[in-house]
Amino acid sequence: MGKFKENVIQPILDCWSLIVGLKITGKYFCKPLVTVHYPREVIDDENLRTYGGHVELIGKPKDPATPKCISCMMCVTNCPSNCLKVVKQKAPKPTPEQEAAMKAAEEAGEKVTAPKAPKNPAKFTYDYTLCSLCGTCIDNCPVKSLKFSNNIYWVATSRKEMNIDLLARLKEQATEFPAPAPKTEAVPAAAEKEA
Amino acid sequence: MNAFLQHLIPLLIAAVASMVWLGLNALVWVYCERKFAGHIQRRPGPFEVGPHGVLQPLIDGLKLMSKQLLTPDNADAPLYWLAPILSMVPVLLLYLPIPYGPVLTGMNINLGLLLILAFSSFNGLAVILAGWASNNKWGVLGAARAVSQTVAYEIPLLLTVLAISFMTGTLNLVDITTMQGGHIGNWFIWKQPLAFLIFLVAMFGETNRAPFDLAEAESELTAGFHTEYSSMGFGLFFLAEYGYMVVMCSVCSVLFLGGFNGPIPGIEGWWWMLLKTYALLSFMVWVRWTFPRVRFDQLLNINWKWLLPLATFNLLATALIIKL
Ligand code: SF4
Ligand code: SF4
Repeated sequence: MGKFKENVIQPILDCWSLIVGLKITGKYFCKPLVTVHYPREVIDDENLRTYGGHVELIGKPKDPATPKCISCMMCVTNCPSNCLKVVKQKAPKPTPEQEAAMKAAEEAGEKVTAPKAPKNPAKFTYDYTLCSLCGTCIDNCPVKSLKFSNNIYWVATSRKEMNIDLLARLKEQATEFPAPAPKTEAVPAAAEKEA
Repeated sequence: MNAFLQHLIPLLIAAVASMVWLGLNALVWVYCERKFAGHIQRRPGPFEVGPHGVLQPLIDGLKLMSKQLLTPDNADAPLYWLAPILSMVPVLLLYLPIPYGPVLTGMNINLGLLLILAFSSFNGLAVILAGWASNNKWGVLGAARAVSQTVAYEIPLLLTVLAISFMTGTLNLVDITTMQGGHIGNWFIWKQPLAFLIFLVAMFGETNRAPFDLAEAESELTAGFHTEYSSMGFGLFFLAEYGYMVVMCSVCSVLFLGGFNGPIPGIEGWWWMLLKTYALLSFMVWVRWTFPRVRFDQLLNINWKWLLPLATFNLLATALIIKL
């Protein structure tokens, strides 16, 4: 009896699942579309909020043109794909007055305080063609200076254009805030000029 | 001589008309299928060429035709090029005996049903030739699968059709349709519900449609028997597939759904035939975009363990009832 049930009754009952499947696709057939016709329609920013695009820097709250970054190199060390490059700033050459002050301090036997290098990076480049969007850099940044952007409109015709200068991008975002999303094409060009 | 001409000319007209009809149907159904699929997945489907993409199939056809025809190295060239033709030409014949109306029948012959069943098997042959002659192992595998599939699904299909002709005592499709005249209660679907279901399933197997499209399983066989075909070589197979779909759905609506008879007396006409055929075609498309492809042993199990015994049982029961 058990065999009969397994081999005959069950398959017949299973046919019901076929009808269930048809019902589901039939229902979806009648539902409105969820896609947009891209070049003519774009989705609103609200829907882009959860999108994780390329990595970008976060500006300081008071000074949005400079990143919170302290050039600690955590992101560079931890990136499995080697796509971030950070160059620390050199200490500035002491001005003549400072030099005089330093000399005076040395002579007086006091502690010499050379001017410190600013913490924010001199250069911060990012190669999107290598990035696997793993988020390791974002998780490891001690000052939370990195985030995924919401930019879904980035296209480029060469690998070089995908290697962007994040500092320049941040500066641009700060000046044209709120930056229109497709504007990013301008950034690589700026990056190339600097390079 | 005159009498001969009298028969020949309408036949020629019918042949040309069915050619046009086939092309038109293929165009429309390629488009409809893509739209259907789109809406099931809640996206628009073709949209760019023409309003709502209606010109897309035309443009695709143009693109297909403008491509180069290639014969693979060491392929058996005559057989290789015979295959798409062999898959296409019989389809034209299949349209001839289908009754779209009392007058609108290409060829009113007594063996119409037999002709359709006989020539629809040519598709299997075409697939074998295509796979074998391509000098490609996936092609051969696809062909081997196609043979076992078509041969297997032919049998329950024939048995259900046989049950109908037991009931009606004829193989003439026009006669079978007229016997279902009057109101909806006379349609054979009520007298032969099991046969209808079996026919429906076997129809998918015969036309190589998903979920039974194992001959061209693109994930395992990289398109199977037509892997090597380019341009219109592929195009003909593609057209033939849609041609067979339309034929099978037409036959199904003739056998079970009353053909050109309307559901209530007095409103019969070719539009009923079209409506029923297209409803069945939509159902085929719906099924294709709902169910995943079955595995090959499952495909054969469904046929040998279920369809065949059920069809035999149905046939015997029909015979018994008729005798009583
Ligand atoms: S997301 Fe991953 S791969 Fe991309 S830059 Fe950060 S650590 Fe590197
Ligand atoms: S981990 Fe953060 S603070 Fe450190 S270098 Fe990278 S971005 Fe700057």
